[in-house]
Amino acid sequence: MTGKQSLLFDKDVYVRCGATVVGKKESDGPLGEMFDVAVEDDMFGKKSWEEAESHIQEMAVDKLLIKSGMAVSDIDYIYAGDLLGQLIATSFGLMKYEVPMFGLYGACSTMGEALSLGAMCVNAGYAENVIALASSHFASAEKQFRYPLEYGNQRPLASTWTVTGAGAYIVGDKPLDKKKCVLIKGITTGKIVDYGVKDSMNMGACMAPAAAELIEANFKDLDVDKEYYDAIFTGDLGEIGNRILSELLKEKGIDVADKLFDCGMLIYEGETKCSGGSGCGCSAVVLGTYIMDKLVRGEYKRVLFVPTGALLSTVSYNEGKSVPGIAHGVILEGKES
Amino acid sequence: MKDINSGGGTKTDIEKRNASYNAYVENVTPKGSCVAKCFKAFIVGGCICVVGQIILNVCKSIKVPDTDAASYTTLILVLLSVILTGLNIYPSITTFGGAGSLVPITGFANSVAAPAIEYKKEGKVFGIGCKIFTIAGPVILYGIFFSWCAGLIYWALKLIHVL
Repeated sequence: MTGKQSLLFDKDVYVRCGATVVGKKESDGPLGEMFDVAVEDDMFGKKSWEEAESHIQEMAVDKLLIKSGMAVSDIDYIYAGDLLGQLIATSFGLMKYEVPMFGLYGACSTMGEALSLGAMCVNAGYAENVIALASSHFASAEKQFRYPLEYGNQRPLASTWTVTGAGAYIVGDKPLDKKKCVLIKGITTGKIVDYGVKDSMNMGACMAPAAAELIEANFKDLDVDKEYYDAIFTGDLGEIGNRILSELLKEKGIDVADKLFDCGMLIYEGETKCSGGSGCGCSAVVLGTYIMDKLVRGEYKRVLFVPTGALLSTVSYNEGKSVPGIAHGVILEGKES
Repeated sequence: MKDINSGGGTKTDIEKRNASYNAYVENVTPKGSCVAKCFKAFIVGGCICVVGQIILNVCKSIKVPDTDAASYTTLILVLLSVILTGLNIYPSITTFGGAGSLVPITGFANSVAAPAIEYKKEGKVFGIGCKIFTIAGPVILYGIFFSWCAGLIYWALKLIHVL
């Protein structure tokens, strides 16, 4: 353990391969051409939104196995999660693989949680290859947390748009391609942070304090400053949350505004942008495209990937509780040999 | 923005931090122009009323009795709203018009039709049956309850010969 919340791995742990699957709105966005699979039909040929999300997960794993040239039998564990109650997208999506599985719920921070746990497992020597996966679907999330899709209502300017997509990654102890690979150097695990925000349509504000505390903890634990990273990517704070995070960090004496990016702000463009994208799928698909691409190409040497989650439940919200946040940090390095 | 980071400690400290953070968030969160929203609501709400008036006038012109004409107007507006909901057009109208299309009876029809479509996959009883009034439920419950209260007051006033 390095400091109170962080781990630096003593062995090399690699993100061996990544696969991303998205819906139409995401494929129309600025990262459109980088996704592995883009599907026009948001139902993904299925009967319900939940089935569609399960299918996205299945497609992501299938694509991942094809890309990496590995078989299901090579995978020791799966760490996966989604936003739906009882993780139904994950249960039904990954059932057919018959791989030992840990189902995770970290709201939209699940990708960070899955990568962290997967990397810990590999570093400890309990597994050679694990899959870390997270997914979300705009319609199934709206149905679960807000209103049926056909119900007319106005979205506040601060609201974000749940990404339809899944990202799946193989975390292993050997690189797939020795020349250019991505290494998980360490992790910083977030605590639940609650600054008492009750506006469920302003998730960026709910999560920004968690991201700020995580980044501060990471810097303190590793005894580094902002020069250590080429970029810091938060998950889905959106424009408002991103602005709040910069301000919170500045108050803590960490001025990283020039290195601070948000996956949610990278995925959409134009009129449909809202405050940005959100959902587990948001950071999951931006990692496999924009971030890993820059790491592999050597444009970034080291980044801090911080998926952020708003621990929102319609029950606690209706009972007058606030929306706590959580963030998980994963230190990623591009490595060339 | 002062003190929003002053970390934990006593309960009052946390409450103070939360209050100051919430005030800061309120300050940086864009709200959009209230005048523009009201104008859009006025236009959309007005258009729905014009459609209603046209239906009413047409009914009257074909000699439908006044009370029946009013009922036909309501029915046709509800029908139009449900059809537009099914075609996924009504949500766009509300996104633009806000309360202008939420408040009229067409908004109410949309709030019943939308869950019916969404929860159809969960079955006729536990899906549509249980969840159709998820959004409209409070309006129906409290609408009936307060009508009953008003009736009670009306009855009491009649009893003491005020009315």
